Amino acid sequence: MGGYFSDIFYGGKSLLVGLSITFREFFKPTVTVQYPYQTIKMSARFRGHIELLADDTGSPKCVACGMCQRACPSSCISLDSVSVDIEVDGKVKKKKVLSRYDLNFTTCSLCGQCVENCNFGAIDFSKEYNLASTRKEDFHFDLLDRLKRLEEKKA
Amino acid sequence: MSLTLLNVIVAVVIAIAFAAANAAYLVWAERRGAARIQRRPGPNINGPFGLLQPPIDGIKLMTKQLMIPGGADKILFMVAPVLAMAPAIMSFVTIPFSENIVARNMDIGVLMIFAFASMGAMAILLAGWGSRNKYSVMASVRAVSQNVSYEIPMLITAITVIMVNGSMDLKAINLAQAGGFWHWNIFPSLQSPLMPVSFIIFFICSLAETNRAPFDLGEAESELVAGFHTEYGSMGFGLFFMAEYANIVIGASLTTLLFLGGWGCPFGLFPGVWWFLLKIYLLIATFIWIRWTFPRTTIYGLLNLSWKILIPISLFNLLLTAGFMKVF
Repeated sequence: MGGYFSDIFYGGKSLLVGLSITFREFFKPTVTVQYPYQTIKMSARFRGHIELLADDTGSPKCVACGMCQRACPSSCISLDSVSVDIEVDGKVKKKKVLSRYDLNFTTCSLCGQCVENCNFGAIDFSKEYNLASTRKEDFHFDLLDRLKRLEEKKA
Repeated sequence: MSLTLLNVIVAVVIAIAFAAANAAYLVWAERRGAARIQRRPGPNINGPFGLLQPPIDGIKLMTKQLMIPGGADKILFMVAPVLAMAPAIMSFVTIPFSENIVARNMDIGVLMIFAFASMGAMAILLAGWGSRNKYSVMASVRAVSQNVSYEIPMLITAITVIMVNGSMDLKAINLAQAGGFWHWNIFPSLQSPLMPVSFIIFFICSLAETNRAPFDLGEAESELVAGFHTEYGSMGFGLFFMAEYANIVIGASLTTLLFLGGWGCPFGLFPGVWWFLLKIYLLIATFIWIRWTFPRTTIYGLLNLSWKILIPISLFNLLLTAGFMKVF
C-alpha cells in the first residue's frame, strides 16, 4: 500500500518535470533553418562528390596522369587526354591536356582514395549536397564541364 | 422561451461554424505549438505565421476522392464520420458561453453532454468495424475499452460537483461559482477538501475521453498504422479530425464550467464570454503542451491508471464529499 501512494507521487512528480522541460524549450530560439530559402554552410571535411580544382589561369590543375582512375575501387572515374603543342622558352613541347573527366556517382562510395592519390592536388570533395533525381543518368557527372561552368560564373 | 425554426437554424449554424473554425485553427495551433516545443518554426509559409495553412489543408481534403475499401460495410463506413461529428456539434447546444449566450439551456445539461460524448466511442467502433481492416478493429477495441474505463471516474467527479452545487444545470452551476476565484469548485470548499484532486482526475479523463496523447491508443501510429481511421481518406478523415478537435473544445468547456467558474472573472470584474474563452483556450493550450511532452502509454498502463488509481480516488472523494455535506 505504501508503494501505491509513492508510485502516484513520484509518477506525478516526473510528469511535472517533463512538462517544465517542454515549457522551457518552448521559449528558446529555433535551431532549424528554412531549407529552400536558407542553407547551412557545409563543414570543411564534408564529403560531396569529387570536383576538379583550377589553377590560377582557370584551367584544371589535373595533368591527366590517371592515378585517381587506378586508385578508384569502384571504377567510377574515367578520363581522357590529348597532347597539344605548347611553346615554353621558345621551344615547342608536347603536353598532355585533360580532355574528358567523367564521374559515375551511382557507384561512388565516397572513400576518397582518388583525392588521397592525387599528387597534384587537382581534385577535392565538393560541398554539393542537393543531389536528388529520378533518373540515374543525372548522376553521371562531366566534371570538366562543371569546372568550366564554375570558372565562367566566377569570371 | 419559444423555439422557432429560425432560432434552431441560427443556433446550429453557429455551432457548426464555431466547431469547424476551432478544428481548423486548433490544428494550426497544435502544429505551431509542437514546432516551438521541438524548436522548429512550424507551418509559416502560407500567409502571415502560416495562418492560411488550415483553409489550404481543408481544400486539399475536400478535393480528394472518397475511397471505400473493397469488402467494407458501405453504410457503416459512411455513417461513422458523421456519427463522430454530429454529437460533438450537438453538445455545443447546451454549453453556456456566458449568462446569456447559450443556444438552449437545459436542466440536465451535464447529463446531455455526457450522453453525446459516449456516442463518440460508438463512431469509433463503427469506423473500425466497417473498414474491414484488422488494425482498425484492434484500434476500435482499444478505444472503446478506454472510453468505458475513463467515463466512470469522469462521471463520478462530475457527480461530486453536481452534489456540491445541487444542480445539473450548467448555468446554475456557474452562477453558484460567480464572484471571484475563491468561489470556484476547483478550490477546496467546506463541502469537499479534495476538490483539486477531482479537478486533476476530471482533466486526465477528458484527455482520455477525447483520445488525446498520451492516451491516443485508438490511433497509435507506431502499432496500428493510423488506428480506426486507417481506411479513411478525404473528408471522411477530415470529419474525424474535426470531431476530435470539437471534442477537445467541449472537454475544455466542461472542465471550465464545472471547476473553473465558467464565464466568471477570477477577481469578480467584468464577467462575460471573454473570460470563458480565455479559460478554455488556456486549457486547450495545456492539452497541446501535454501531447507534445509525454510519450504514448501502453494499453495496460492506461487501463491500470483508470481502474487502480482514478476510480478508487474519485470514489473516495465522492464519499468524503457526501460525508462533509451531511455533517456541515
